Amino acid sequence: MSYDKKENHSLPSDLALRVKALESVLIDKGLINPETLDALIDTYEHKIGPKNGAQVVARAWVDENFKAAIKNDCSSIIKKTFGFAGRQGEHIIAVENTPKLHNVVVCTLCSCYPWTLLGLPPTWYKSAPYRARVVEDPRSVLNEFGTNVPIEKEIRVWDSTSEIRYLVIPERPSGTEEWSEDKLSTLVTRDSMIGVSYAKEPN
Amino acid sequence: MNGPHDLGGQYGFGRINPEPEISELVFHHDWERKVFAITLACGFLGKWNIDEARHARERQHPVKYLSNTYYQNWLAGLEKLLVEKNLITEKELNTGHPYNEQMVYTPPDVHEAMNILTKGSPANLQTKKLPKFKKYDRVKVINNHSKGHTRLPRYVRGCSGTVIRSYGVHIFPDDNAKGIKNGEHLYSVCFKAKELWSENNKELNSVCIDLWEPYMAKE
Repeated sequence: MSYDKKENHSLPSDLALRVKALESVLIDKGLINPETLDALIDTYEHKIGPKNGAQVVARAWVDENFKAAIKNDCSSIIKKTFGFAGRQGEHIIAVENTPKLHNVVVCTLCSCYPWTLLGLPPTWYKSAPYRARVVEDPRSVLNEFGTNVPIEKEIRVWDSTSEIRYLVIPERPSGTEEWSEDKLSTLVTRDSMIGVSYAKEPN
Repeated sequence: MNGPHDLGGQYGFGRINPEPEISELVFHHDWERKVFAITLACGFLGKWNIDEARHARERQHPVKYLSNTYYQNWLAGLEKLLVEKNLITEKELNTGHPYNEQMVYTPPDVHEAMNILTKGSPANLQTKKLPKFKKYDRVKVINNHSKGHTRLPRYVRGCSGTVIRSYGVHIFPDDNAKGIKNGEHLYSVCFKAKELWSENNKELNSVCIDLWEPYMAKE
């Protein structure tokens, strides 16, 4: 857990050697396949990421029926509509931000996150300060992301303790009424789908 | 267990200092890439489940868990499981050389592995068990300090909340971490800020948390 970024970026080199040794013994014993390692890394570094989630949110913004459906059972709908499926995305539920309610997601016990829609979680999401503080004092945590939520608005924190994964549908920015779904998806950031920020405003 | 991983509501960790979304890389070091991929690939051997994997990371000395970076904790958990499940020995781990040549395995090839990944592993089970609670029921969380793995965080124990959703029967992590696949009804339970933190908490906020039936009683 890296709550000190400096520490995170100056790791002892023997760690890299230890991992290399582990990889080598596992390959020699036939426990893992090097091709599989490359494919897994490529998948999460280049193929699966927040662009998936942004497409889902943009569709929800233009299609009320779709939005209602993903608030009930997101996983089966996005598999059928976009082909997004897989590990850490088996049971996704979408939660919608409104003028009265702001949703934000955490996993206080580890790092549960909707991989199929957002890719792997950012370092801060897995860090002790975020996991410790967001359940008790979400308003100040959001402030640190530059997000000011008015005091009269409820902030609802979703603690992902089970295999259910939560996707936040941010509020659709005004002035985008005529926008296409593709163009709308450019306003949807990863952070807005975790709930620590709003969607981008149109320029 | 009341381990260092159970972080909700703990004080003293300071600011979050997030890297900006636009510039943050998926992995910060090459060894992190490897730890991530090796952990998933070893998981595909089917020798342990997700709760055993979580529990292996949690069963570290608290000082170690909290000083490690995220993927260091993954590595620590993985090494523990590989040794406990007799897939490798301590000696092999420390030297990087295989000693027991008799143990030959057949891992899934790359296509099978990617199929496992795409298929995922749903946690819901079909059973005839009837649910004890329904939407809008008021419930009180039991005060149970489990010695084993649990997904019941400390900060909700003894607190009262409202069921807002039923998810059906899901694999119960407390048993699953011992290798027993048992299903229990799972619910989303919503707590007002003042129900969790202090009578004097005036914030309009709430926390919704997924809780299995054995974690709760009717209020």
